[in-house]
Amino acid sequence: MYVAVKGGEAAIDAAHAALARKRRGDPEVPDLSLEQIDQQLALAVDRVMLEGSVYDRELAALAVKQARGDLLEAIFLLRAYRTTLPRLAASRPLETGQMVVARRISATFKDLPGGQVLGATFDYTHRLLDFDLAAAPPPDDGGGAGAAPAAAARTDDEFAPADPPENPQAGPPASPPASPPRVSDLVGRDGLIEPAQPSDPEPAPDDLTRQPLRFPASRDLRLQALARGDEGFLVSLAYSSQRGHGTTHPFAGEIRQGEVAVEIVPEELGFPVTIGTVAVTECEMFGQFVGAQGEPPRFTRGYGLTFGESERKAMAMAIVDRALRSGELGGGTAAPAQDAEFVLPHSDTVEASGFLQHLKLPHYVDFQSELEGLRRMHAGLAAAAPAGTAAGDEAPDDGTLP
Amino acid sequence: MTAGYNFAYLDEQTKRMIRRAILKGVAVPGYQVPFASREMPLPFGWGTGGIQVTASILGYHDVLKVIDQGADDTTNAVSIRRFFARVAGVATTTRTTEATIIQTRHRIPETPLRAGQIMVFQVPIPEPLRWLEPRESENRKSHAMADYGAMHVKLYEDIVRYGQIATSYDYPVRVAGRYLMAPSPIPKFDNPKLDRSPALMLFGAGREKRIYAIPPHTPVVSLDFEDHPFRLQRWTEACSQCGDTASFLDEILMDDQGNRRFVCSDTDHCAARQAAGQGGAP
Repeated sequence: MYVAVKGGEAAIDAAHAALARKRRGDPEVPDLSLEQIDQQLALAVDRVMLEGSVYDRELAALAVKQARGDLLEAIFLLRAYRTTLPRLAASRPLETGQMVVARRISATFKDLPGGQVLGATFDYTHRLLDFDLAAAPPPDDGGGAGAAPAAAARTDDEFAPADPPENPQAGPPASPPASPPRVSDLVGRDGLIEPAQPSDPEPAPDDLTRQPLRFPASRDLRLQALARGDEGFLVSLAYSSQRGHGTTHPFAGEIRQGEVAVEIVPEELGFPVTIGTVAVTECEMFGQFVGAQGEPPRFTRGYGLTFGESERKAMAMAIVDRALRSGELGGGTAAPAQDAEFVLPHSDTVEASGFLQHLKLPHYVDFQSELEGLRRMHAGLAAAAPAGTAAGDEAPDDGTLP
Repeated sequence: MTAGYNFAYLDEQTKRMIRRAILKGVAVPGYQVPFASREMPLPFGWGTGGIQVTASILGYHDVLKVIDQGADDTTNAVSIRRFFARVAGVATTTRTTEATIIQTRHRIPETPLRAGQIMVFQVPIPEPLRWLEPRESENRKSHAMADYGAMHVKLYEDIVRYGQIATSYDYPVRVAGRYLMAPSPIPKFDNPKLDRSPALMLFGAGREKRIYAIPPHTPVVSLDFEDHPFRLQRWTEACSQCGDTASFLDEILMDDQGNRRFVCSDTDHCAARQAAGQGGAP
């Protein structure tokens, strides 16, 4: 009886074996390779890298496979791998102005230097299930002639400048600059947007993975928390802001995707060296303008930066970043999206998911304590009831109640 | 599988950081020390704070006991004990008397602790004022000024509403006459075991990134009022396995007719009593 109530080692082993079987599924169906996940579930890999805080497509693909496609579980796996790795260096700030863009759009200007480059996007596809994809794949790897243009535009070399023949309208003008100027720099020239204040490189930026979150949180810490934060949570927060709960009146000033170089300055060298490139999506939202006494009103900024093609997340991050600046810009902190003490501690999927699911752990002792307390209250009420209305036959309490 | 991981999983730099937080916690009893909590291979909310504390203090010659709800054989206790057996290779035990480190969720063993033992508590919400005020910045001020009136008001409101203080676990305590502290969700039954214990008590909250401590022999007082003194839970039943009437009992439903039995929550305590020839209640 007793053993049946409490758990056991055998039960855990059996559960692990069952999980391994379910993960593999029908052995008649070919096993998924990490390359397939990396290439064909690339956006899942992007999200796991981003919220897992590790830029490694192979490890992220492994996590997706091991997690049976549960991305939050995959993020957790990658974080748990990352956590014991040493932090060897802090990179120099990414020069996203030098990005080799695969996609670059602005919703604030019809045309602008560098042009609008759609790249590979779901944006203008009709969301009709493409039954050609359900059929057995053609022997050649032609990208699927029957697929929607967006799907067809995706090539192995996706971060090279978009291929004009695939989609002429979407393509950049003839011989575009590889790194178009930032829209915010163009607007900033007229003083119509607040300047981006480059933070002092010394001391090194705060790091959530090396120091606990404290309030008030610095902006670098806030941005890091948002970058690691759960996409669904941030999308909903941004949406709440759009619907009027702490609105920022955002314009998508610029969204750009592409590869940027990562540089570090090794102590022994004293000059920057490039250690690789990362694919990122950057979003700059132009927000509600504010002015101070004697200062002309200017647009404000919200900033989002994500790994890979996590565009929805980058946009949500930019809106929430701007909302979180509301206090310093004199806009109050009453709405959820403006309240750092609400947003930041609740945005991390690994923390939130873990604590939610801990409710599956036994709580016998606490529940027993509550039962005991409730019974004592009932007994006290029964004892205090006027004669003639005796409720039940419970033994009266020992009189220690008032 | 454990190749590539350091002894007890955490790297030495992380352990050093956590040990510093522990030392600060010991120096300021009951004060919540922020620390850079790491992701662990077990989920937040499942004991990551306790696991990080244990990983940081564990040595090759330690003997580790892990309990959840007082029992060594609950699934999460099994899982955590296995984790350390795997990544640290330390000896494990279910005997309270043999353990040098006892990691726990929700209980303190019935067997009195001795000097040299360390209790490591898993803590979900380290801030005792959280339910009264969700903002950390406000609560930090309250702690700084030792302004705990809101908690007394809450307890008083319980008495007005229910005739007694309704908090039955995670019952707030005052440590060394200074800091208000959440003892973690142990039943208030266990609170007196914190008071002047010869063992070191360490509390780890992983998701909330806080560590705090009660050094040995520190006075720990459960909040109460003169006319409503702190009271322990009591059972009219005895353990059906060992007959104990003084330990914390789990209730087990036997059928759908309302029949139930009670057994000791502390499995080691119960087994020891049975081995000593104590019989259960019929």
